[in-house]
Amino acid sequence: MLNLYFRGDDILENDNACVIVVEGLTKKYGDLVAVKEINFCVRQGEIFGFLGPNGAGKTSTVRMLCGLTKITSGKAKIYGYDVVQNHKNVKRIIGVVPESSNLYWDLTCLDNLLFCGEMFGVPREERLSRAIKLLKSFGLWDKRNVKFKNLSKGLKRRLTIAAALIHNPKILFMDEPTAGLDVFSKRMLWNKILKLKENGVTIFLTTHNVREAFEICDRIVIINKGRIVALGRPWELKRAFSPKGIVEAIFHPRNPKVEEISRLRGVIGVVEEKGLLKIITYDAVSVLEEIAKLAKSRRLDIYLLNVRGLDAEELFMKIVGDS
Amino acid sequence: MFGGIEKAFYIAKKDLKEYYMKPGTISWGLIFPFVFSLAFMIRRGGMSVWLAPGMISLALFFGSTSMSAMAIVFERRIDSFERLLLFPISYVCIALGKSLSSFVLGIIALIPVLILAEIFTSTPPLNPLLLMVCVLLATFTSSTFGVLLSFLIKDPSQTMTIFNIVRFPMMFLSNVIIPVNTFPQILKIISLLMPLTYITEAIRYSYSGIYDIIPPYMSLSVTAILGILFLYLSSLVIKRNIP
Repeated sequence: MLNLYFRGDDILENDNACVIVVEGLTKKYGDLVAVKEINFCVRQGEIFGFLGPNGAGKTSTVRMLCGLTKITSGKAKIYGYDVVQNHKNVKRIIGVVPESSNLYWDLTCLDNLLFCGEMFGVPREERLSRAIKLLKSFGLWDKRNVKFKNLSKGLKRRLTIAAALIHNPKILFMDEPTAGLDVFSKRMLWNKILKLKENGVTIFLTTHNVREAFEICDRIVIINKGRIVALGRPWELKRAFSPKGIVEAIFHPRNPKVEEISRLRGVIGVVEEKGLLKIITYDAVSVLEEIAKLAKSRRLDIYLLNVRGLDAEELFMKIVGDS
Repeated sequence: MFGGIEKAFYIAKKDLKEYYMKPGTISWGLIFPFVFSLAFMIRRGGMSVWLAPGMISLALFFGSTSMSAMAIVFERRIDSFERLLLFPISYVCIALGKSLSSFVLGIIALIPVLILAEIFTSTPPLNPLLLMVCVLLATFTSSTFGVLLSFLIKDPSQTMTIFNIVRFPMMFLSNVIIPVNTFPQILKIISLLMPLTYITEAIRYSYSGIYDIIPPYMSLSVTAILGILFLYLSSLVIKRNIP
């Protein structure tokens, strides 16, 4: 079984464990093609990261899967249900955390959850207990009688996530769940997401936070200009797209000129950021030798010398940039 | 089907909790029809049997349409309307839920005007049971009309303006305060195109046993058909509005 697809939009996998299957999905707004013939599958119980720069087509894709946007062409199935023809069955098993926290302003936290429970058909005797459990679990119990409009941005986000879980969905779509949250709330949310995964919930996560997505996701899709440009496990993407290394160096009393470094053997590119030289190379050993020679000939001390691979954000930018 | 109706009730309950105290609902839905009726009554030194049904239809029409204008447009503006699209319900269920909350506000708006009519009209309603049926039917049709109009408006900030552009001509052309019999032919034809004309005629017949141009069986059946038609069209517009 293949797990890794690069630069191709073809579906190469026929996996029974797929709970979301997307084939040739396309969305056009007039002449603008927001999503172009994308294919992928999401397996049961995984955290599936959907990354891309602004306007790449992430939100359009999520909205098509949730029934909030019409599909121009192609197909999408969730647990075997076609998202267009069986949209009611699909909506029963998915929870959605939209990009904006859009619960009802003049309802209290508790009333918002109870209303969502009613609309998802949660049995009357279970609604209240589930709502209370969620309020406690998201640290909102003290705010249960506070109107949604009077909550802080972070608390609104938490309640929006809690509302998406009231009917125990099998799949949770989260569109930028941590947008605007402080570090503590973000950490709490990531822990919640991991707990949901432990309980067998499949998470479809759209985020700008590349670093955290690479830490938390089982597999990642990178989309750019409506096309999938990479799909795989985080370490697979790193290995496949990051054969290069970065040599970081600081010389004393001053760094040599960037042009001079760029002429050294094995150097692909150089940037200087706040006195730190970042030298991109395919051959770190040669670069280290050349740097030692250069320092000796110029009578410069090497204050810092470090070799590392691309980090998640650099990798993301490289993949998007290359595409 | 019954599950859908139950969920429509939940939507209505939620809307009433959220929007019945909003300024737009109170001013246009409750205060305006009451003050308008009062003003007419004072000017004419009482409420005639001909005018009372007009005031009743005006009150239920403004009450029910103001609620939908408030609830739907506000929710569309802050994106919370999209939540309804994420629930496993049909578009008809959404339209019905929104209509039911408007229906309740229409009935609430009607009560003070009914009291005024009861106190200041010389004769009581001719057929109270038929009047009740007509009022319920008329409020439902007004509600679905308001819901349809709310979904048709593209720019939510223009809602009240557009609603009043539609409602005020109806007030004068729908046999509410000016007898349609006195109109020139062209205005009579325009009057027949307005749902409020049928609503007013049905209520007037049940209240006083008279009608001006539309026989009661026709005004009642057209009111009922329009109610269902507006509901169905609202569901189509909700679907069409999905980008």
